[in-house]
Amino acid sequence: MFARRRKHFGTPADKATYATLHTASLASPHLREGLTPAAAGKASRHLRDLLGTAAIAICDSSGVLAWDGVGGAYESNHRRDAKDLAAPTLRSGRTAVLGAHDVACGDPQCPIRTAVVAPIVTEERVVAVLVAYSNNTSAALVRATEEVARWVSGQVELAELNKERTRAMEAELRALRAQISPHFIYNALAAIASFVRTDPERARELLLEFADFSRYALRRGGEFTTLADELRNVERYLVLEQARFGDRLKVSLQIAPEVLPVVIPFLVVQPLVENAVRHGLEAGAGSITIRARDRINEAEISVEDDGAGSDPEVIRAALSGETGSDSVGLGNVDARLRQVYGDTYGLVVETALEAGTKVTFRIPKYSSGVHASP
Amino acid sequence: MSSAISLSAIGLVVAATIGIGLFGLRISRTTSDFYVASRAVSPRWNASAISGEYLSAASFLGVAGLVLVNGADMLWFSVGYTVGYLMLLVLVAAPLRRSGAYTLPDFAETRFESPLVRRICAGLVVGIGTLYLLPQLHGAGLAVQTVTGAPPQVGAMIVAVIVVINVAAGGMRSITFVQAFQYWLKLTALAAPIFVILLAWHQPTGVLDSLHGAAAEWAEPLSRAGGRDHPLYATYSLLLALCFGTMGLPHVLVRFYTNPDGRAARRTTVVVLALLGLFYLFPPMYAVLGRTFAPDLVASGGDTVVLELPGRVFPGTAGDLLGALVAAGAFAAFLSTSSGLTVAIAGVIDQDLLRSRLREWTGGDYVAVNSFRIAALIAMVVPYLAFTVTGALSLADTVGLAFALAASTFCPLLVLGIWWRRMSTTGAAAGLVVGGIAASAAALINVAGAPQGGWPRALVGQPAAWTMPLAFITVIVVSKLTPDRIPAGTARSMVRLHTPEAVDVDRGLPPR
Repeated sequence: MFARRRKHFGTPADKATYATLHTASLASPHLREGLTPAAAGKASRHLRDLLGTAAIAICDSSGVLAWDGVGGAYESNHRRDAKDLAAPTLRSGRTAVLGAHDVACGDPQCPIRTAVVAPIVTEERVVAVLVAYSNNTSAALVRATEEVARWVSGQVELAELNKERTRAMEAELRALRAQISPHFIYNALAAIASFVRTDPERARELLLEFADFSRYALRRGGEFTTLADELRNVERYLVLEQARFGDRLKVSLQIAPEVLPVVIPFLVVQPLVENAVRHGLEAGAGSITIRARDRINEAEISVEDDGAGSDPEVIRAALSGETGSDSVGLGNVDARLRQVYGDTYGLVVETALEAGTKVTFRIPKYSSGVHASP
Repeated sequence: MSSAISLSAIGLVVAATIGIGLFGLRISRTTSDFYVASRAVSPRWNASAISGEYLSAASFLGVAGLVLVNGADMLWFSVGYTVGYLMLLVLVAAPLRRSGAYTLPDFAETRFESPLVRRICAGLVVGIGTLYLLPQLHGAGLAVQTVTGAPPQVGAMIVAVIVVINVAAGGMRSITFVQAFQYWLKLTALAAPIFVILLAWHQPTGVLDSLHGAAAEWAEPLSRAGGRDHPLYATYSLLLALCFGTMGLPHVLVRFYTNPDGRAARRTTVVVLALLGLFYLFPPMYAVLGRTFAPDLVASGGDTVVLELPGRVFPGTAGDLLGALVAAGAFAAFLSTSSGLTVAIAGVIDQDLLRSRLREWTGGDYVAVNSFRIAALIAMVVPYLAFTVTGALSLADTVGLAFALAASTFCPLLVLGIWWRRMSTTGAAAGLVVGGIAASAAALINVAGAPQGGWPRALVGQPAAWTMPLAFITVIVVSKLTPDRIPAGTARSMVRLHTPEAVDVDRGLPPR
């Protein structure tokens, strides 16, 4: 696409701009992985293209992360010295221009005689330096090196942000697990207590259900489970809720057996059911329908209640993560689904006041991300 | 009269198929009966469904026709169609299920971590599926032609339209119970008439007599009956294709996903072996009886012998009724296999080829369902066009080519991918490309008009004996040459594929 269009856009200056932007775009995906030796190595080739120098190096306080440019004996000579060249800039954060006196290796054939050392800064900390080697430093090269280093800083900062976001997501997942319990645990235990005298056998069964439920919900490790296991846990939850609500709560499950082995994120159905129970029973009595359908490459799961419904605006606020809403679980499930499967796989909520609520989501039967890590 | 009864039987099957597809069958339970989640599809049901989807026009009509025309050698078809599942059982069933892959491209991606290999696999799924759909349409054409005398395009069109409507409307997608029912329908439709014919047939010497004398050659192995040269080569090549091709059929793998774990996958395969073994007892009986009652069909290729035999033995209403039963069973075969294939192909077209393009063209403003519908249409239109322009190969021969293509591409990918840890991504891609090109070249030459007689015809007509080893060698040699392209996650993949679910190890999979 790029190559075809290039001839329509005229001036040499434009072409140079496009070429520069294109080279930068080649380097950025690598830098977004953070400043690891592997990522820096892949990016350095494109960075050298941007600068057009004989060689470049990326160094941090531990040594040379990546080198690109002239090789052989020249490389090993200058690689060895690179750490010393980088040290002052790593400390001060100021760009240094070094002449032949500091840089040249003594071999007259060597294309490396001078160097520009520019800092790569994230969050006001010098994390690494970019060293541009050439045989003659010009003011333009100094400026260019500084600009490239600044651009690299931006990319590395984005990588940091990305990591932060993942960490936040993980924290949120942990929070969700802890969060299902408080109301429910209290209510369930109270309901069980009410049976202890009148129907001890039932109380015992309920306690066992409760034990199984908490083992599942509070387990450690493992971000994913199968739909069968998740539904089994939803059933335990419903047994306990029915002990509390009796005939006021009617539940219907319509599950296509073909989708039971589908791998889904841990605890995504349960919060939706908990929500449905809460909203569905606001009017006193209600029924809940849980469906899982086979949609060829995907499983479609929906939880529906015939309760009071909600104002769509409230749901929108919950999904966009605003706190203070009483549908916190929805926003969390939505965020986790999108994180794992991409933005096309979020929750779909159909609701209106006095019209019940139906929450639907889809899960691809196979997703490469799901296998990557436990 | 005859055609009216048969047509109404076919109509009944079609109506039932559409009806069940539209209204669906789902397990539905209310509070009084919980623990739906533990009711995974049992291996027995799943095996019936696999068999129901697997027994295609080639099995229902084609095998009997081939035996009728070409003699005892063709019995290997029924053996091979069944033994393929033995290979599947021994080599891939459980590891494949443990991989978590839903389609063959999924397996390629999870094992080789390469979008390129995935894309090649997607192309091959479409190719194999198309080659396998072709004889289904051909069979439908034959059935309608035999019953009513209408041109073959009519029957093919009926099946194509029904399948596309049904799949696109979301019916009959992969409901296990519907497909399981199809197996028993097909078995009944094939077995009941033959028992009636055998019981009512009062001349126990007649059939065997017809196999002696001038026709003795027909009953001998490796006899070159029907003008096939190099029978020994052809037989071995056919066996290779059928044994190792089954594991690469797109609609078979999709069903294995329904098994809850690797153990269930193995059990399912064992039951499939039994069910298929039972079914394949019957087509050769049609061929032997056809030799006596309908010898004239030998000249026309024989594919209609199953449909015509009841009428030949019992002229009159009884024959009409039995004929109608067989015709209905045949239509069930076309519909279920075509639906299964179309769903599998359309799924891959949708996921790997169409969806990202649609997103690009429409700027994200598309509905996933529509994408699948378009894919289903493409999945059926291509083989239909191919059907209208190609000459009529015998049913089982075309299916044999689909198996050969699968055996030359997905078999090395699966077998080596599961059992050889030094297989590299480049090796996988090279094997798929080389095996794919060799086998599809042979298939294209066949479809366009095979060379007459001698080794060229034998090599092109049954390519698996050379294309499959070629693909294996390519994978091994290229993998040895590119050790740096062995996927980084190979060790982890191997643990995941081979550790039984009951063993508690960190397999990088969701814990159960």
